[in-house]
Amino acid sequence: MTESHSEAVSGAWSGGGSPYAMGSKKLGMWLFIVSDVMTFTALLMAYSYSRLANPDWPRHVFPIRPAILFSTTMTVVLLASSLTMVMAVAAAHRGARGPAVRWLLATMAGGLIFCGLHITEWFHLIEEGVRLFSNPWGSPLFGATFFGITGLHMTHVMCGVIYLGVIAFGYGTSRFSDEDVEVSGLYWHFVDLVWMFVFPMIYLMSVKY
Amino acid sequence: MSGHGEAAHEAGHEGSYRLFLIVWISLVVITFVEVYIAYLEFPAVTMLLMLIGLSVLKAGLIVAYFMHMRFEKFGLFLTLVPATIFCIGMMTVIFPDSLRLLHVRLLH
Repeated sequence: MTESHSEAVSGAWSGGGSPYAMGSKKLGMWLFIVSDVMTFTALLMAYSYSRLANPDWPRHVFPIRPAILFSTTMTVVLLASSLTMVMAVAAAHRGARGPAVRWLLATMAGGLIFCGLHITEWFHLIEEGVRLFSNPWGSPLFGATFFGITGLHMTHVMCGVIYLGVIAFGYGTSRFSDEDVEVSGLYWHFVDLVWMFVFPMIYLMSVKY
Repeated sequence: MSGHGEAAHEAGHEGSYRLFLIVWISLVVITFVEVYIAYLEFPAVTMLLMLIGLSVLKAGLIVAYFMHMRFEKFGLFLTLVPATIFCIGMMTVIFPDSLRLLHVRLLH
């Protein structure tokens, strides 16, 4: 091994450096996101498996009003909250604490509106007789997979709202750094990303013509 | 990704509100295209492929721009994305069994 090669290798592996040029919090969040991708993928695969394997699966159950109207609005609201999150991270990188906290609060408001619309949409289905283990249309697994997947996603949104609240308070009082805001942004965008698959696979694949 | 370095990193945080707005508008437009496609009464497999294709495009835009992966080191992409895609691909091995089950149920 030549001397320069030896130095280059020891430089990369002797510790103290950051191979991805990012802090451990951010890398940790990326690894968490990958693990959570697996969770949601497994659930959506289970949903698809059940739908394909059951001839009596309810395939056209969501009318344009209220289900598709609500779920499309929820998608736009979640996307809007991602944009406000981007603005919060940008403000935090500029060191503008006031605007960053305000953008974080706007993001939280988006998350709360999403949850409110989602719970209202759940009640529409519950009124129609959909339960965890029964529904008026066919395979009882429909309710279990629907409430399971959308419920886990809504739990992520609610946890995200609490997480952003903690970050907004901490960043506003200078306890947290801009990196903490950026890491919370990664989580929020991931929640948005998951919905980009839940929305077409659960709702749009089952529209009532 | 790796070639952009500090300049792109700065641009990602400082001077690209227009870029983020373009990405966001694209995401909203793709969402409405998806809703439109859902009402075209395509066969289920065609519909699924079109919707998933558009969703992967949306996911790519979110990861690349909103989650800043485009401005990170290329090593992060290489570490996370191929392995994730491989694992997701491995999960699809269950589908021949779901078709077998459907066949059995239709026979009885």
